Amino acid sequence: MNYHFSFNWLLIYYPELLKGIRITVQLILIGAVFGVSLGIACAWARALGPAWLKPVVTAYVELIRNTPFLIQLFFIFFGLPSLGLQMGETSAANIAMIINLGAYSCEIIRAGIQATPKGQFEAGVSLAMTPFETFRYVVVLPSLQRIWPALCSQIIIVMLGSSVVSQIAAEDLTFAANFIQSRSFRAFEAYFVSTLIYLALAVLLRQVLKFIGGRLFPRRAPR
Amino acid sequence: MNRKAFFAGMIVALILMVPVTTSTMAFADTLADVAARGTIRVAVPQDFPPFGSVGTDMAPQGYDIDMANLIAGKLGVKAELVPVTSANRIPYLQTNKVDLVISSLGKNAEREAVIDFTAAYAPFFNGVFAPASVTAKTAADLAGKTIGVTRGAIEDLELTKIAPADTVIKRYEDNNGTISAFLSGQVEIVATGNVVAAAILAKNPPKRPELKFLIKNSPCYIGLNKNDPGLAAKVNEIIAAAKKDGSLNAIAQKWLHTDVPADL
Repeated sequence: MNYHFSFNWLLIYYPELLKGIRITVQLILIGAVFGVSLGIACAWARALGPAWLKPVVTAYVELIRNTPFLIQLFFIFFGLPSLGLQMGETSAANIAMIINLGAYSCEIIRAGIQATPKGQFEAGVSLAMTPFETFRYVVVLPSLQRIWPALCSQIIIVMLGSSVVSQIAAEDLTFAANFIQSRSFRAFEAYFVSTLIYLALAVLLRQVLKFIGGRLFPRRAPR
Repeated sequence: MNRKAFFAGMIVALILMVPVTTSTMAFADTLADVAARGTIRVAVPQDFPPFGSVGTDMAPQGYDIDMANLIAGKLGVKAELVPVTSANRIPYLQTNKVDLVISSLGKNAEREAVIDFTAAYAPFFNGVFAPASVTAKTAADLAGKTIGVTRGAIEDLELTKIAPADTVIKRYEDNNGTISAFLSGQVEIVATGNVVAAAILAKNPPKRPELKFLIKNSPCYIGLNKNDPGLAAKVNEIIAAAKKDGSLNAIAQKWLHTDVPADL
């Protein structure tokens, strides 16, 4: 093999890499918090909500789940301005990730809600709780606990999928890797390093989510 | 055939090849050949609009094709268009498969060593484009503005060098991304080649990109074989006449939607 590996460019371009890591982390933090909130709201609407709201939410969820993320991103960034809705690429990236995670987590959380035993809802009614109070105090946390591993996986998938925001010049980690490759022509080294960083970020995110799960659901049954 | 006859045949073939390989030292008179044949063979691109592409009727069309037809018309012969790629256009010329290369050919030292160039016939430059409402006469005027480029292109590398520190440069993955960003209003200024700017103009946008200043100028020249002064002089004469009587401008307007620059 004649290829000469060279990682010298790391010394020159590490500010771009650090900025890329920062933007990616910001994207997934905002995306996860607001996306899961949107998912909980939509799951409630589909499982327990009023009849007129169900088709609206179903349309949104099915539209997002059955189209590619990149197309949704391009539509928000390149398409919406022609309808008068202009926004920068970081805003467009954030909104696209929130909408995307919202739809997928809606389905995951709805499965958790529907697996809740009917007795829980009846217990809430017998204690004179409104349906919303029943949902908030009795149903939502055990539902999340039931599907927490699947939700964590989806959040990590969306974090890794955030790499496509480089297509609209949002300066995330993939954009940094592409930029370094186009300046130093060291494609293998640039993408190898960014792959390692994504791997580290994914492992870190999984640990953080596991910790959050431990905090939110203290009475989780031992394995 | 026995071995002796085989080797004798090979040596005769080698001897016969010598006049062919040494004949290129003589002065060529392509003009006379062309006049005798009644056609001029021109290498043109077929994968690089607007200079050369294939239309829906499978006929070649483009700036270079129009140029080839113009030259052939002025010489009084028919143009035989030979499709070539960037990789084989100069070898085709050197092996006498074509008489002229009209294929958005840029001039550089390596090519000057092996072929000759005529005068420039088409503008090909990288520059900063923006609508008429934006003023940006030099790189310093870009301070504080947002400008879109295609990542890794010459414009990207040059602009990064000359732009002020507070210019925001947005790098898109390919020319289509840069064009989409301009057309959707995400960036007001783009740094790109005049071919890409022509592609934007062809879509009739509400904000038309105009050239503000040049980053790098590399006009297109016609390539022909060395030691062919007759053909070179005649083609230069045709190009000069076409510039003067406006026929070159008509081709530029048709394919690039701009006039021929005065300093071409």
